Amino acid sequence: MASHFWSNTTVLTGRTMRHVTRSLDTIITTAITPIAMMLLFVYVFGGAIDTGTVTYVNYMLPGILLITIASGIAYTAFRLFSDMQGGIFARFQSMPIARSGLLWAHVLTSLVANAISLVVVVGVALVMGFRSGAGVLAWLAVAGILLLFTLALTWIAVIPGLTAKSVDGASAFSYPLIFLPFISSAFVPTETMPGPVRAFAENQPVTSIVNAVRNLFTEQPVGTDLWVALAWCVGILVVAYAFANLTYRRRTS
Amino acid sequence: MLAGMSIPPTPGPAIHVRGLEKAYKELRVLRGVDLAVAPGSIFALLGSNGAGKTTLVNILATLLKSDAGTARVNGFDVATQAGDVRESISLTGQFAAVDEILSGRENLVLVARLRRLKDPGGIADRLLSRFSLTDAGARRAATYSGGMRRRLDIAMSLVGDPPVIFLDEPTAGLDPQARVEVWQAVKELAEGGTTVLLTTQYLEEAEQLADRIAILHEGRIIVDGTLAELKALLPPAKVEYVEKQPSLEDVFFAVVGAGR
Repeated sequence: MASHFWSNTTVLTGRTMRHVTRSLDTIITTAITPIAMMLLFVYVFGGAIDTGTVTYVNYMLPGILLITIASGIAYTAFRLFSDMQGGIFARFQSMPIARSGLLWAHVLTSLVANAISLVVVVGVALVMGFRSGAGVLAWLAVAGILLLFTLALTWIAVIPGLTAKSVDGASAFSYPLIFLPFISSAFVPTETMPGPVRAFAENQPVTSIVNAVRNLFTEQPVGTDLWVALAWCVGILVVAYAFANLTYRRRTS
Repeated sequence: MLAGMSIPPTPGPAIHVRGLEKAYKELRVLRGVDLAVAPGSIFALLGSNGAGKTTLVNILATLLKSDAGTARVNGFDVATQAGDVRESISLTGQFAAVDEILSGRENLVLVARLRRLKDPGGIADRLLSRFSLTDAGARRAATYSGGMRRRLDIAMSLVGDPPVIFLDEPTAGLDPQARVEVWQAVKELAEGGTTVLLTTQYLEEAEQLADRIAILHEGRIIVDGTLAELKALLPPAKVEYVEKQPSLEDVFFAVVGAGR
């Protein structure tokens, strides 16, 4: 069945992409929360936060982008959950098609849908004064990191999408992920945090990813942050991918 | 329409089940099911809720693994040749398996493209017309009535002309008009040479459609035969005399002696 994998995955991805393009409101909802947070932080809290020479909108955009991805993958879990509940899943499973194609279709759609949300959020940030002198390579590096992060979180989202008993259960897993950037270097420098909180903030994945993206945007040397960020993303990706596929095989055998 | 598929002609039954068993933990749903379905016939599996009809269909459609026994569909073993079985069948499950966000036509094109058939658009248009859905073809399936959704569901199962079709409670929850429409579609299927195994809890449905009827009860097939054979199992019609007890009213008038 492997020879049909690409053909099947392409057709099924076309299907899930239509689900996204025919409910554009989900992409807008995904972008609204991060945009509201961005407005709140830049125009309300930001003035009181000392970020040195970097303007606050430039400082916090990387964290907002991660929040955008974390709320976007909740819809990935929701779309997969809906397929599992309906009879369409049984139909696909009883057809002579590559079974992993359905999962990959949801994963690829998640990458595209999140990319669209990210572009919308960056667009709003530009209106709010976000500026970067970063070159093409730096932008590509940022895109690469965000893509890898989306892929890793998407495979996490696949697990509740496959196993949830209710719609709420399918998307509830994303709340802690949305919250994670708040206890990181995304919105305030970690130096002001008390010991244990600071230790957590500096050693969780969001901080290294935020620092790497921020340094790329502000044309600073990325240092070890980039490698730590990549290691976190790849590590989460490998573990989540393995668990998601194990869950899928259990669910379909 | 079978381009890309190679399904060898199979002598013998289209569906052949021997000693099939399946348990969910302690609950033994199937306790040794035997049945054979002749090619091109309609076979009705009758049983109450929870009798194991869906479990049996899901095993035959390669969605579930059995604990014991063998099952062959179109000559292929469901456990060891699942890929070949999937090439030979279509499943219309208990809940209409249509994509509600896509239009009726897009649903059919989707299945045709997944089966890698030539001219998916043409296949979709022919099926829409066959199931009287041409006018609704461009509308989203979410706007369809229950009967239309079921017809689309069955049409999707016919894409690629699989030789064996499973219909799990095809008329559950439909109004009488829609039920007759579905019956008509199923009859046409069998006339075209397709083998149909359908499950139902409606005796009338089995009577209307099936060449052969089996009753699944407590995990076993307890009866299997034609409608005439099943009717012969009933005791012959007989006349009974029932003693009619007097009502209190009769007693009252008898005692008071008042003429009515």
